[in-house]
Amino acid sequence: MSSAISVSSLFKTYGSGFEALKNINLDIRHGEIFALLGPNGAGKTTLISTICGIVNPTSGTILADGHDIQKEYRAARTKIGLVPQELTTDAFETVWNTVSFSRGLFGKPFNPAHIEKILKELSLWDKKDNKIITLSGGMKRRVMIAKALSHEPEILFLDEPTAGVDVELRRDMWNVVRALRESGVTIILTTHYIEEAEQMADRIGVISKGEIVLVEEKSELMRSLGKKQLRLQLQEEHKSIPAALAKYGLELAPSGGELIYSYDAHEEKTGIAALLKDLEKAGMGFNDIQTKQSSLEEIFVNLVKERT
Amino acid sequence: MNLHAIRAIYLFEMHRTWRTIMQSIISPVISTSLYFVVFGSAIGGRIPEISGVPYGAFIVPGLVMLSLLTQSISNASFGIYFPKFTGTIYELLSAPVSYLEIVIAYVGAAASKSIILGVIILATAALFVPLRIEHPFIMVLFLVLTAVTFSLFGFIIGIWADGFEKLQLVPLMIVTPLTFLGGSFYSIDMLPPFWRVVTLFNPVLYLVSGFRWSFYGLSDVHIGTSLGMTAVFLVVCIFIVRWMFKTGYRLKS
Ligand SMILES: Nc1ncnc2c1ncn2[C@@H]1O[C@H](COP(=O)(O)OP(=O)(O)OP(=O)(O)O)[C@@H](O)[C@H]1O
Ligand SMILES: [Mg+2]
Repeated sequence: MSSAISVSSLFKTYGSGFEALKNINLDIRHGEIFALLGPNGAGKTTLISTICGIVNPTSGTILADGHDIQKEYRAARTKIGLVPQELTTDAFETVWNTVSFSRGLFGKPFNPAHIEKILKELSLWDKKDNKIITLSGGMKRRVMIAKALSHEPEILFLDEPTAGVDVELRRDMWNVVRALRESGVTIILTTHYIEEAEQMADRIGVISKGEIVLVEEKSELMRSLGKKQLRLQLQEEHKSIPAALAKYGLELAPSGGELIYSYDAHEEKTGIAALLKDLEKAGMGFNDIQTKQSSLEEIFVNLVKERT
Repeated sequence: MNLHAIRAIYLFEMHRTWRTIMQSIISPVISTSLYFVVFGSAIGGRIPEISGVPYGAFIVPGLVMLSLLTQSISNASFGIYFPKFTGTIYELLSAPVSYLEIVIAYVGAAASKSIILGVIILATAALFVPLRIEHPFIMVLFLVLTAVTFSLFGFIIGIWADGFEKLQLVPLMIVTPLTFLGGSFYSIDMLPPFWRVVTLFNPVLYLVSGFRWSFYGLSDVHIGTSLGMTAVFLVVCIFIVRWMFKTGYRLKS
């Protein structure tokens, strides 16, 4: 079975001479949610724009569901929906007209029932006759999502869909995304909110300076790169760590009331048992104990830092 | 053919016209009426007839052409420039439409508007002067051919323009002077020989002359030459548009 999106040896050099994408190779599987992460200017939008036909690739090939995006652009583009990063809408048109327009543009016959369904899902139904210029930023973002969904794409690109969107709307949006995934839509999204990727994505790709640094199952990534921390609430506050415990590389929280031990959960010997014994010997009692997996954000920051 | 897309773009563009009906239809009608008052009545009183046609009636084809040209260019150039300016062009570029479909829809809409406008102006003119159309079929052919050709030309300008100044530059600096100097308001026989030859290099002359011939059977150049020149210009525009889309010129980075 072919991939939903298959990018091979893709290079993009802008007219200014700037090399925005360097030898990108990437396969997106059918039906997954793929999160593309990377700092500002990494090339996320460039990659998405190139796949969607808005930016000309300098070299390389891109297939959408097996169709070359240049030679078979009609077949390829019919499958793809795009919600770009920038809020760009026809200010003086109504919500209903602009969403219906998108459906027609993608070659689908007018279908008021489908448009109604989408507008309702995105809580835009009561705004359908409003001019877009009268909507708030978050509502405009939803209009752009409605436009992309109007033509029932099989592959959906969301370029920072939750930038500037409030908490409640963000939750609604993710519900829509989950429902789409349930119905078999492949979703590629970028975000700077890493906890979103952590909650939503099946796989994570990290791009930095125009290169894909890593592509990994989210759970795998969290497991292999994830450090765990053991936090002990001490009975008494301490000023320093006893010399006998030096080999554990412990950290003392600034308050002096909490001891932090970092370890790798996959090692055969995590050292926890030994540490607890040694703590007892040193006479450091504790009230409470917690373990915490490092978040994607920490993993991500470490990754990008390593490369620079 | 993605007919749904052509229809969507066409209706969208026509809808924009109704929204901006004042600029689109009413203001050209007012300015044409002013031309009638100034040229037809004030000056025309002193130039009684040209080859047996009253001066007021003589300038009607030229006036219609003037509006047709400027409106076709501004409608079409604005139609494609605006999405570029606001960024909504992303949708057009990512949609499963061929450049031919985009051109048919945008140019079709712009041409429709200027044809409607041309007819309205003609009707307005009929209120001022007695009109006579000897070759209605050729008249309609010229109306449509000119509207399509110059909408296509406007479309090219809209893609080429990277600022509002450029968008207005060509109509203002080139098209309006060419129309005024292209025999809209006079027969080139009235010019000294040297300027008559110079005028022959003005493409607008062929349009105005051909169009006037369809009304009164009067022309500065042969009707076949007029049609031929218009067709040549149309083909040149088609090739330029084709090249623009093939290379993504000023549309894609
Ligand atoms: N049209 C263009 N011409 C020249 N350089 C460009 C163009 N568009 C983008 N770039 C450059 O390409 C690089 C990648 O930009 P891109 O928009 O893809 O980044 P991004 O990963 O989406 O960043 P962000 O998180 O800020 O959205 C940037 O350095 C940017 O300056
Ligand atoms: Mg971006």
